[in-house]
Amino acid sequence: MKITFPHMGNLYIAITGFLEELGVESVIPPKPSKAAINIGTTLSPESACLPLKVNIGDYIQALENGADTILMAGGVGPCRFGYYCEVQKEILKDAGYNFEMIVIEPPCGRPLTLLSKIRKLMGGASWTELYRAGRMAWQKLLAVDEIEKMAHFIRPREVERGSTSVIESKALKLIHSAKTLTELKEASYQGRKAFSALQVQEDRDVLKVGIVGEIYTILEPFVNLNTEQVLGHLGVQIERMIYMSDWVRANIIPDALPFLSSEHKRTAKLAKPYLNHFVGGDGLESIGKSVEYSYRGFDGVIHLFPLTCMPEIVAKSLLPTISSDLDIPITSLVLDEHTGEAGFITRLEAFVDLLRWRKAKGKTVANS
Amino acid sequence: MIVKVGIPRGLLYYDYIPLWKTFFERLGAEVIVSDATCKQTLDHGLRVTVDDACLPIKVYFGHVMNLCGRVDYIFAPRIVSVERRSYICPKFMGLPDMLRNILTDDEAPKIIDTCIDLSKGRGLVDGVLETGRHFTRDPIKIWWSYLKARSELIRYRKAVLAGQLPEQALTKKVMNHEPAELSVAVLGHSYNVYDSYTTMNLIKKLRQNNVAVLTAEMVPEPYIERELASLDKKELFWTLGKRILGAANYFHKAQRVDGIIHVASFGCGPDSLVGEIVTRQVRRAQDIPIMELNIDEHSGEAGILTRIEAFVDMVKWRKGL
Ligand code: SF4
Ligand code: SF4
Repeated sequence: MKITFPHMGNLYIAITGFLEELGVESVIPPKPSKAAINIGTTLSPESACLPLKVNIGDYIQALENGADTILMAGGVGPCRFGYYCEVQKEILKDAGYNFEMIVIEPPCGRPLTLLSKIRKLMGGASWTELYRAGRMAWQKLLAVDEIEKMAHFIRPREVERGSTSVIESKALKLIHSAKTLTELKEASYQGRKAFSALQVQEDRDVLKVGIVGEIYTILEPFVNLNTEQVLGHLGVQIERMIYMSDWVRANIIPDALPFLSSEHKRTAKLAKPYLNHFVGGDGLESIGKSVEYSYRGFDGVIHLFPLTCMPEIVAKSLLPTISSDLDIPITSLVLDEHTGEAGFITRLEAFVDLLRWRKAKGKTVANS
Repeated sequence: MIVKVGIPRGLLYYDYIPLWKTFFERLGAEVIVSDATCKQTLDHGLRVTVDDACLPIKVYFGHVMNLCGRVDYIFAPRIVSVERRSYICPKFMGLPDMLRNILTDDEAPKIIDTCIDLSKGRGLVDGVLETGRHFTRDPIKIWWSYLKARSELIRYRKAVLAGQLPEQALTKKVMNHEPAELSVAVLGHSYNVYDSYTTMNLIKKLRQNNVAVLTAEMVPEPYIERELASLDKKELFWTLGKRILGAANYFHKAQRVDGIIHVASFGCGPDSLVGEIVTRQVRRAQDIPIMELNIDEHSGEAGILTRIEAFVDMVKWRKGL
């Protein structure tokens, strides 16, 4: 069995960590690229949302590289993601591929099917090994998030343009190749050390911007055209609404552990005056976090989502009101396979200009 | 003074209107349904929605605008789910919030935005009582009105099952058609299929071409369930999508139709996936033709007409007519 899975940002690091620890062979698809999108858009329904299409590109490249099993997450609605697996199966079958698909569904009501799927994944591994694999994956997630957060902080302050990204990708590589928890600790340490040795300009006037929106779009730099990096180079420190470990906490760890989902409840409460119900995907989160960023004094919010994304269209309809009520600039940017990089970056730059101008104006008002 | 309740002629209107109308009337309200969709409806809708929204949402908002100034309340429930383990669509879940966002005027009608979520198998009674409480405090009267309203709904659905289009079933006018030489299933969300403005008279045009039209609402629920259960697929979690997929399989397997037209709004989330499954299945069987008709506010009538005619020709040709 050679397992592959779709990309989403740096998630592959945790998944391969998990599979390696279980002793299962995996084929990591090449990082999303024009090639993946091209394959995906030719085979997928035109009006499917972008993640489905890029997933198809990932799978096909991995199947061509020898994978025979696809590992995929499921869902019980209301959003499209939960039904991706069936449509993707049909697409791949019609394209002539032979494979097996293991869909990990949330355990609600059907813990036994989940168990049998995990068994299938485990092969001959024991429960202790499964526990170890889970622990490894989790630790890797935390390590990746830590590095990313540091990069978000340091990039707008770096003296040599691009130096943050170099360290970031080196550190991620180390984390990816760590085989034991000790090696992983060492990798994290090396990353931290490299970052603290980096030459930064402490007093730079940095803007703070929150990134909200659909999870795949905000986590996958290829589809968001490197928003994080572009903003960093424009002197913007960002905070993402979702870090992968938070997502795992909210989705894989069951609600039975309520203290872990309190963060989610808090966000829902903040969203309440504007959106009073879960709308699938990350729509409610986008609203709640935008409110939170405004309370925390951020300079602006950028809302990213793929074309036709239902929950985020609801969010987009409501964001202008939040923006005027709470006096924080918010811009919604839609991404799809046709989004041109140049135009997109221009829009980011224009938004950042607006934020700078507002900040400067705010200062003069305060000083006078 | 009689309280006036406005019901927008959009979204689940064709699925539930007899229920809603009778319920409010029994509670002593006057019910005003917005005017049939027309260019103005769409123009109004476009003005108050984000351009990313799908056509049915834009049209619905147009209907709401049409009611403003004429009514005290607008009935725009948050319909999360109408059956176990299934949903309608994320956009329905955020509908009252989006409406409230535009109806900010003090003069604007109040929104009755009861949340209906039956996905866990309960919540109906609460939903009914909560809605009724806007008009009376007497729960028995509310429930009684609901029961009356429900029997109206059942009567209406029976008429549709018997082959009448909602428009006819509502006006209780029985129309006789010339015997047709072909029959085609027109599958899609009711708010698309039965709205003659947004679909540019699709059904009428088919009939003018001597084609009998069947819709998903004309397939008895148990048949749909049976078809869905026989699929080797994960359970679908969209009520409207289930109906389309089940009906398509039923019509297809039972050889009840000579062709299928799947009508979807451009950019519709659920339909982009359900439609794909339906189309692939039918195409694989290679026996009857299927056409995907995506509509949005830019669709031109001429283009649609040409496509319908080409499709009918193809169906005839396949049938050897
Ligand atoms: S959240 Fe958006 S992108 Fe994700 S499945 Fe739903 S519609 Fe598609
Ligand atoms: S189901 Fe489709 S057409 Fe209906 S509101 Fe949702 S996205 Fe729009």
